[in-house]
Amino acid sequence: MELLDPTNESRPATRPLRERPASLDGLTVGLLDISKPRGDVFLGRIAHLLEQRGARIVRYTKPTFSKPAPVDLRHEIATTCNVVIEALAD
Amino acid sequence: MTGSIAAPPLPDGLVVVVKRECATCALVEPLLPHLHGALADGESLTVFTQDDPAFPSTVPAVHDADLAVSWHHAVETVPTLIRVRDGAEVERTIGWSAADWRRITGISSLGEGLPATRPGCGSMSVDPDKVDALRARFTGSSVRSRTVAIAGGEDEHEAMFARGWTDGLPVVPPTRERVLRMLTGTVRAPSDVVAVAPPDLVELTVEKVAINAVMAGCLPEHLPWVIAALEAACTDAFNMHGVLATTMPVGPVIVCNGPGTRAVGMNSGINALGQGNRANSSIGRAVQLTIRNVGGGRPGEIDRATHGNPGKLSFCFAEDEAGSPFDPLSVARGVPAGRDAVTVFAGEGPRCVVDQLARTPEELAATYAACLRTVHHPKLIIGFDALLVVSPDHGRLFADAGWDRARLVAELNARLALPGSELIRGANGMAEGIPEGFKDLPSLPKFREGGLLVAFAGGGAGLFSTIVAGWANGNLGSDPVTREVRP
Repeated sequence: MELLDPTNESRPATRPLRERPASLDGLTVGLLDISKPRGDVFLGRIAHLLEQRGARIVRYTKPTFSKPAPVDLRHEIATTCNVVIEALAD
Repeated sequence: MTGSIAAPPLPDGLVVVVKRECATCALVEPLLPHLHGALADGESLTVFTQDDPAFPSTVPAVHDADLAVSWHHAVETVPTLIRVRDGAEVERTIGWSAADWRRITGISSLGEGLPATRPGCGSMSVDPDKVDALRARFTGSSVRSRTVAIAGGEDEHEAMFARGWTDGLPVVPPTRERVLRMLTGTVRAPSDVVAVAPPDLVELTVEKVAINAVMAGCLPEHLPWVIAALEAACTDAFNMHGVLATTMPVGPVIVCNGPGTRAVGMNSGINALGQGNRANSSIGRAVQLTIRNVGGGRPGEIDRATHGNPGKLSFCFAEDEAGSPFDPLSVARGVPAGRDAVTVFAGEGPRCVVDQLARTPEELAATYAACLRTVHHPKLIIGFDALLVVSPDHGRLFADAGWDRARLVAELNARLALPGSELIRGANGMAEGIPEGFKDLPSLPKFREGGLLVAFAGGGAGLFSTIVAGWANGNLGSDPVTREVRP
């Protein structure tokens, strides 16, 4: 029996994870608030702690937690930051 | 659908398609030699025989053994007489009609002594036992999906489970024959893109929808409904990505309207929201299977629902427009009356509202309001929509009192409004609620403008209605989306 494939037949590209940086000193850390309630509170605290360790912080916000981040925002984060932290909160 | 193999050309002159098994073909057999008299220079008489190469005995015949000529020239009845000029068909008749055969051949005495007419027989090319295989042979390359071979000793159902293609229940194996038959349900080309399917954001073709519709158990006439529901679900407004990804227990609830709901056998009556009707069950299931298989939205991966709900297998029903005291939901949402349409609503499982004692629409509205207030939480407002499905026994009260949709919604909204002090966080001993800043507002609505949808369905007895609570609405989540169903 031959069946027709019901899937999208795509094979997602797999990329190895980058090495964890040994130190955040001098690195740019992006903090992405997905717009869940109080995510900004959590990320504010993280920002404070990371700045004490010498990281440079850039804050981003998704328009809504219920939709993927816009392509432009993803591009900006990828080209600006060395490290990114995404916060889910409620 | 366009055939992928070019039709074999017919020679100029007269073409007759026959089979021995047909009594009407036997009736015209003695006439065939006379047709030579109807030919101009350079024209010929070509007889194609479908079953027996020795038939007819009166003239030489070409055996249409693979039925390619019959298929490509849409021969549905034998005998078929065709006049061809300059390579193109100019006239045809089916069966035996003395008048038609004489007109086409120009032989005024043809068939003297025969009855004036005799109906023909079914062409072998439309034999129900053969037609799917012929369609696959002659149009098969119009579908492009990868072929997955299942070994002879392998159980195809287990193989499909193992590949992750199902929703946990068995599916119909999507063979080429079945998929091509499904594609006869639409005039759209298999390669047409229906939508960009989340979460993987891949182009969703009519062909992929058809494959998943086969698996879901759809008939070809269900396919346009599946396509319309997917077009509606895969919009930024409906936000299928978010509906999948949310931890809340919602999925696309599909409300169908229009005369086509009856034509394709949908249920709007007894147990409309339940099991047992093929169209309801398979249309909703096909939408979910397509999102799963093409979009890549699988539970535990992008689908993060805490509990989910059984309606995520399929939740699709038709409105009982004939019995409804209200205008159809599709009409209320802007589709002209009499058109087929689907409305997708991001909803959880249905919940029953019992009121067997109300005898006035005001009493029943009070009950509806009390139950609608609890949608997701009695102190959460505006952020969630709801779908109220009114039953015939309840609907009668509104019909008798002349309440239309707008009146019912206005009466409900009036009964649902509460002062901010009742709704703020901490009020009535519940931490959940709206921010303290709303405390002094005298009246707040439960639902946003347009956030309360009303449909009419169900059948037989029962002084019950049903509430389907929604998901986060608007830009934050999902808006209901209505789309016309097109062939």
